[in-house]
Amino acid sequence: MTDSVHAESGTAPGAAEAPSTEGTDLGVVFGPGSPAVSDESGTAPVQLLTPEGERREHPDYSFDLDDEVIKGFYRDLVLTRRIDAEATALQRHGELGIWAQLLGQEAAQIGSGRAMGPQDFVFPTYREHGVAWCRGVDPLHLLGLFRGVDQGGWDPNENNFALYTIVIGAQTLHATGYAMGMQRDGVVGSGDPDKDAAVVAYFGDGATSQGDVNEAFIWASVFNAPVVFFCQNNQWAISEPIERQSRIPLYQRAHGFGFPGVRVDGNDVLACYAVTQAALRRAREGSGPTFVEAYTYRMGAHTTTDDPTRYRLSEDLEHWKLKDPIARVKAYLVRGGLADDAFFAGIEQEAEAMGEHLREGCRALPDPSPLSIFDQVFVEQTPELAAQKEQFAAYLASFEGAH
Amino acid sequence: MTVMNYRKAIAEGIGRALRSDQRVVFLGEDVGAAGGAFKSTVGLYEEFGPDRVWDTPISEQAIVGAAMGAAMTGLRPIAEIMFTDFLGVCWDMVANQVAKARYMSGGQLEVPLVIRAHGGAGLGFGAQHSQTWENLLMSIPGIKVAAPSTPRDVIGLLAAAVADPDPVILLEHKALFDAKEDVPDEPFLEPLGSASIRRTGDDLTLVALSAMVPVAVQAAATLEAEHGISAEVIDLRSVTPTDTATLLQSVERTSRLMTVEENPRPCGWGAEIASIVAEEGFTFLDAPIQRVTSANVPVPFAANLEHATIPNADTVVKAVLSYS
Ligand SMILES: Cc1ncc(C[n+]2csc(CCOP(=O)(O)OP(=O)(O)O)c2C)c(N)n1
Ligand SMILES: [Mg+2]
Repeated sequence: MTDSVHAESGTAPGAAEAPSTEGTDLGVVFGPGSPAVSDESGTAPVQLLTPEGERREHPDYSFDLDDEVIKGFYRDLVLTRRIDAEATALQRHGELGIWAQLLGQEAAQIGSGRAMGPQDFVFPTYREHGVAWCRGVDPLHLLGLFRGVDQGGWDPNENNFALYTIVIGAQTLHATGYAMGMQRDGVVGSGDPDKDAAVVAYFGDGATSQGDVNEAFIWASVFNAPVVFFCQNNQWAISEPIERQSRIPLYQRAHGFGFPGVRVDGNDVLACYAVTQAALRRAREGSGPTFVEAYTYRMGAHTTTDDPTRYRLSEDLEHWKLKDPIARVKAYLVRGGLADDAFFAGIEQEAEAMGEHLREGCRALPDPSPLSIFDQVFVEQTPELAAQKEQFAAYLASFEGAH
Repeated sequence: MTVMNYRKAIAEGIGRALRSDQRVVFLGEDVGAAGGAFKSTVGLYEEFGPDRVWDTPISEQAIVGAAMGAAMTGLRPIAEIMFTDFLGVCWDMVANQVAKARYMSGGQLEVPLVIRAHGGAGLGFGAQHSQTWENLLMSIPGIKVAAPSTPRDVIGLLAAAVADPDPVILLEHKALFDAKEDVPDEPFLEPLGSASIRRTGDDLTLVALSAMVPVAVQAAATLEAEHGISAEVIDLRSVTPTDTATLLQSVERTSRLMTVEENPRPCGWGAEIASIVAEEGFTFLDAPIQRVTSANVPVPFAANLEHATIPNADTVVKAVLSYS
């Protein structure tokens, strides 16, 4: 099964090849994707830190903050991975309904998340735990959401971090409308760097096939809305490889919509920071949207209910392990003598404490009261709802009488 | 006969359609190489290949819109929408395009299209992944709508849907995946618009659909065993067309009617059933028609809240006891 998926991308016939006119050989038309997409060499992403931990220069982007900031990133990366690992384990122990792992995508999320200012606003998918961390959302809220103990979990306006969106692509339109609201609030292009703001819309490679997302591109473009479209191309949409979504590198699509697109090494936290920061600057000053394609890899399953061995080769995973987003930062810090054992041990300790906090905190989250299902449907309860609530309370009371 | 669960029956039904009719193609997200997001289409890609089983990009509008176009060329597409809720993403295609093609072309266009979706609550998928939309869909003229409650009906109704010259939407229920039943090995179909009596009884008629059928059957067993009440259970199976005859014949005997619906109360499919019986069977009734439905709230994610929202055998039993 997995073989056939991969055999496909290897034996792609050219698009120009005329489909067979006899029989039902639609496979020629519908089957394979273009090999150009899986060929990484032609479309080198912006990279400022190699997998070996060496700094690189780039003509358009640079990371000019000091090594203390990089040490901070390292801490973010490690803690984010820990949050993810703890949540995955809690799901396995039946404490969470489901969990969407971010394993492998830490740099894309921390780099972009740390590039934002407090005034910027984020529209995430369901996998942005690292961005949530950067925005100051308590990871216990994330667990509460996936445990299902309440609706929502965090206040989007407190951290300028919207709630998770699971109907694919919808949030890109919300982001665009939010950005248009910012334009009308006068917080775009005012020239005041503490005031000017932008929106970052996160989405995946699969989402780029949704009408919503393409419509968001068009709107943001014609209204010159301050949106950074941050696409984490993790190569997979559940079981479907990127070849099923696009025959050209995703960032190149932006051109057709009328705004710039850039591909960045999604496992390089420095490059993700620099590229997002440049895109945010452009948006805040009123120059419109940018498409950032963070080229990365989903190292885990789609969610805890998915089994990726059904559809992909373990060799790919091994290949991407060599590009690990955390190992390269550590290599850089160690090689340059920028951090000592005490630094790494301290972070390890912090991660342990985080793990404990999450395990204990998660189990202690109170179950919601059954009558709360009637809350928050409307501000003011309709008479029908109020009557249903009363009936349901009587029904619940009937059990108490039975004891 | 072969014993098979509901999940397996989905792949079996699609496989039979693909095997027996070269015009049938099957498309959707993750349906091919991975065997479906719910593993309900395992083996089809291996048997029929990419010509006939299409893993599509993540675009519901295109899945239904392109399936409609393909149907216009004479293919008989079976299009899968992963969750019933995502029919909302392609509502124009469903409600404005597919449903109206025959009518607006004066009968010149034929859209022999089957759309299948996995719906329903009970598995902790939350408000946007748990809805039952038989009621929304049945309000649109031009599409037929059915919801199988057993493995046999999954296969039989799909066979009928594929054979039908008009568009048919089949809503399969995620909470029924493990339900097992003997299914015939030879080809068969269960006609659209025919209800099935799952349990006979004299004192009242329970009408249910999809995952509410086992709930009603279980409630009927309790009513019989513990309260001496004999309830008849009708599995409506399809809401468009509706099997009014079976319904009225039953109510004529039992003189009491209760619907058991997973949707919230306003405009649930049971409201239509109640209105039919009120108009055509009023004189059969000894008491007002009753409806058991979900609460008028989005389906909550938390297991205990979801359980509180959706009818179960106990709520049905209690409703019957306060009714009789
Ligand atoms: C409208 C809609 N269609 C289908 C799904 C089911 N689904 C959930 S995640 C997913 C894949 C999304 O892939 P991608 O955009 O690449 O994001 P990733 O999961 O890789 O982060 C799909 C198809 C959905 N949630 N919403
Ligand atoms: Mg993806």
